[in-house]
Amino acid sequence: MSASQHMPLFEVFIRSKRGLDHRHVGSLHAEDHQQALEYARDCYTRRSEGVSIWVVRSSDIVASQEEDAAAFYDPMDDKPYRHATHYQLPDEVNNM
Amino acid sequence: MTERTIGNEELLRRFQERIDAEQRIEPKDWMPEAYRKNLIRQISQHAHSEVIGMQPEGNWITRAPTLRRKAVLLAKVQDEGGHGLYLYSAAETLGITREELVEALHEGRAKYASIFNYPTLSWADIGAIGWLVDGAAIVNQISLQRTSYGPYARGMVRICKEESFHQRQGYEIMLALANGSPGQKAMAQDALDRWWWPSLMMFGPHDAESAHSAQSMQWKIKRQSNDELRQKFVDQTVPQAEFAGLRIPDDKLVWNAGRGHYDFGEIDWDEFNRVIAGNGLCNRQRLAHHVRAHEEGAWVREAMHAYEEKKRQRQSRDAA
Repeated sequence: MSASQHMPLFEVFIRSKRGLDHRHVGSLHAEDHQQALEYARDCYTRRSEGVSIWVVRSSDIVASQEEDAAAFYDPMDDKPYRHATHYQLPDEVNNM
Repeated sequence: MTERTIGNEELLRRFQERIDAEQRIEPKDWMPEAYRKNLIRQISQHAHSEVIGMQPEGNWITRAPTLRRKAVLLAKVQDEGGHGLYLYSAAETLGITREELVEALHEGRAKYASIFNYPTLSWADIGAIGWLVDGAAIVNQISLQRTSYGPYARGMVRICKEESFHQRQGYEIMLALANGSPGQKAMAQDALDRWWWPSLMMFGPHDAESAHSAQSMQWKIKRQSNDELRQKFVDQTVPQAEFAGLRIPDDKLVWNAGRGHYDFGEIDWDEFNRVIAGNGLCNRQRLAHHVRAHEEGAWVREAMHAYEEKKRQRQSRDAA
C-alpha cells in the first residue's frame, strides 16, 4: 500500500452534554465522513461520553501557528482596560 | 424510530419534556416552528441592538475627555460589535442567513432595543449608558444564560463575561463627575434624569401585557418575567445612585420593607409605544446610518469576492 492510498485523517469533537460546546477529543483515519462518524462512536464514546459527535477532515482545519503568537496577540497585552478588574470601585459598590 | 414515523404531537411532547428537564435544545434537534421563529425574532433583535448600540456611544469616541477614556470607549464599542457577531451566529444556526437578518432590520421588520433611539447629548451620557443601559442589559443577559436554546445560552455566557467591564467603566465615569465640580455633578444628574426611565423601559411591557411572554416562559426562552427583571435592576441600582450622591428621578421611589424591594413609579407607556413605533428622537437617524454604512461597505465585500475568485482561477490554472 503506497502512502497516497492512506485513508484521510479526521478530527473528532464530542458534545458531552446538551448545552455544552463540542470539544476536541482526538483524531482517526476513515474513508469518508460517515465512516469517520461510526469509528468515532466506537473509539471515543465507548462509555457514553457524548450526546453528539462532529467529524471534520483534518485538512480542512486552518490553524494559526505558535510563531505567529506575537503578531496575533501582542496588541492585546497593553489593553488592561478590557478587564473588569481594571476599574477600582469603592467597596460599597464593588459588587457591580 | 425516526422522526418521520412519529407524529407532531409526540415530537412536541418530547421537546417540552426535554425543556422541563432543564436540558438545552441544540441546532439539529426537532423544534416547533413557532419556537424557531420566536428565537430568530428575539436573537436577531438582540444582535441588532448590539450593533445599533454602537452609534450613540461612537458619537463620543472623538470627544472623550482623556486618552484613557477614549481607549476604554473604543474597546467597549468594539466589544458591542463582537457581541452582535456572536448573536447573529447563534441566530444563523436556526436556518436563516445574515443577509436576511440585516434586510429585515433595514426594512423595519426587525426591531432593536428602543433605548438606542435616545441621543447622547453630553459626556455624562456615556457614563449613564455604561452604568444603566449596560447594567439593565446585564440583568437580562445573566437570566438568559439559562435560556433553553444552547447556542444562545452559550453566547450569553461569553457576552456576560466580557461585558462586566462595561458597567464598571460607566459607573466610574459617573462617580468622577459626581465627585467633581458643581457643573460636572449637574451634568451627571442630567444624564441620570434622561436615561433612568428609558432604562426601565428596556425590560419591556408589564407581564400582563407582554405579547410573547407566556409562550416564551413555557419554552424557557425567557427565564424570568419582564417585571421581575425590572425589579431586580431597580433594587441593585438605587444604592449605587445613593453612593454617588445622585437622585433617581422618581418621586414614588421608596424602600418597601414588607416586600424587601423598592417600590417605584409607573413608566410613561405612551413614550414607550411612541419610540417602539419608530417616532423616538433618533429612530430614523439610527437606521439611516446603518443602511448607509452597509451600502458604503459593499465595495469591500465585492473586492473580497473578486480576490477569492482570482485566487481560485490562479490555482486551477497552476493545477492544469
